[in-house]
Amino acid sequence: MQWSIVVAGTLVGLLAVVLVKFGNPANMGVCVACFVRDITGALGLHRAETVQYLRPEIPGFILGSFAIAAMGKEFRPRGGSSPLVRFVLGFFVMIGALVFLGCPLRAILRLANGDLNALLGLVGFTTGIVTGIQFIRNGYSLGRSYRLPMANGLVMPLLAVGLIALAAAKPAFAFFSQKGPGSLHAPLLLSLAAGLVIGAVLQRTRLCTAGGIRDALLLKDFHLLWGLAAIFMAGTAANLIFGGTYKLAFAGQPVAHTDGLWNFLGMMLAGWGSVLLGGCPLRQTILAGEGDADAAVTLLGLVAGAAFAHNFGLAASPAGVPLAGKVAVIAGMAVVAAIGGLAVLSVKNTLLPAGGIGVGQ
Amino acid sequence: MASKIIDARGLSCPEPVILTKQALDVYSGPVEVLVDSCTARENVHRFASSRGFKVEIIEEGETTRLAVSK
Repeated sequence: MQWSIVVAGTLVGLLAVVLVKFGNPANMGVCVACFVRDITGALGLHRAETVQYLRPEIPGFILGSFAIAAMGKEFRPRGGSSPLVRFVLGFFVMIGALVFLGCPLRAILRLANGDLNALLGLVGFTTGIVTGIQFIRNGYSLGRSYRLPMANGLVMPLLAVGLIALAAAKPAFAFFSQKGPGSLHAPLLLSLAAGLVIGAVLQRTRLCTAGGIRDALLLKDFHLLWGLAAIFMAGTAANLIFGGTYKLAFAGQPVAHTDGLWNFLGMMLAGWGSVLLGGCPLRQTILAGEGDADAAVTLLGLVAGAAFAHNFGLAASPAGVPLAGKVAVIAGMAVVAAIGGLAVLSVKNTLLPAGGIGVGQ
Repeated sequence: MASKIIDARGLSCPEPVILTKQALDVYSGPVEVLVDSCTARENVHRFASSRGFKVEIIEEGETTRLAVSK
C-alpha cells in the first residue's frame, strides 16, 4: 500500500463533508454525475428547475488536473480511441447514475453518512464491474489513442475557465435553481478551491472508483481500493464528528430513493460502462484535464446523458424511478453489452488485435 | 501465444497490465512493455513488481520501455 492514495482518499472524503457543511446538498459534497447534470441544466440543456447550477467543482477538477499535469510534464494531448463509442458509454453511465441518484463517488459519500440505499448501489456497481471484467478477460479493447495536436488538449481546460467565468458572472441566459438541490451550494471560491485541490491530487494518484474495484477483482491489486476505503472512512469520521446529519437508515435519506432494485441496476449500468471506458466519471474528468480528448468526449456523453435524463423524464427523484428511467437502464445495458461484445469479436477476428502487437499471433 | 514485446501504447486501463500479465503467464520473462502514459507505466511497474519481477525503465522520448525480468 502506498500512503499517497490513502491521503488522497482521506482528503476527498473530508472536503466532501466540508463542502456540504458550507452549503452543498446533503451527501453531495462532491458528485460528478450530479454536478455535470447541474451544469447541463444551468446551460439550459435541460429545464429541470431544481437541478441547475454552474458547479465550480467540475471545472476545478479539470483545471487542477491540467495544472499539475502540465507541471509534471504529464499533460499530453491525445485521443482517437473510439471517441463515438466512448460518448455513448458516457451517455449511459450518466443514465445509470441518475437512476441511482449519484456517481460512484457519491455512492461512497452517501454510505459514509449512513444512507444504506447506497450499499445496494455499490453492490450493483461492483456487479457491473464484474460484468465488464468478463469482456476485458476476453480481449475487449476500444483501440489505441494517439498523440493529437495541442488544441485537442486545451479545449477542456479552456471550457472549464469559461464555466467558472459564467459561474462568477451569472449572466441572464444561464439558469440557477431557486429551490431544490441546485439552489444549495457552497461559496463559489470554496467550491473552486476544493475542486482544484481534488483535481490536482487525483491526477497525481490516479484515484478511480471503478479502477479500485476492478483492479482488486481482476489483478488482486488493492492499491486504488485503499483510496476508496479512505474516502469512506474519512467521510464517515467527518460526518460523525462535525457533519451533524449522520443517520443509518434506508428511509428518509437526502436526495435518494429507496427502490433497491433500481439503485442496484442503475449503478450496475454505471459500473459496467465505467469499466469499458477504463475509468469512472471522476477519473474521466481528471483525464480530460491532462489532455485526453477521448475522456473529454466521454464527459460530453455524460452531459448528453444528463440532458436526456431530465428532458425525457428518465432521472429518478426522491419519489422513485419513473418507468421511462427503468426502460432506459435496460436499453443502456443492451447497448453496453453490444459495444462490449462487438469489441471482443473484432479483436478475436483479427490477427493483429487492437490490444497490442503480438498477442494472438 | 503472447509476444515478448508488448506495445501497449495508447491503450486504456487496464489493458497494458492485462497484456503484461498474459505475456508473463506464458514466458517467465524477459518481456518488454511499451507504454506512453505515466499511469500505464506505474500500473505495469506495480503489477510486475508485485509478482516478483524486476523492472527496468527506459525513457525513449514519449515512449517508456519497461524491461520486465526475473
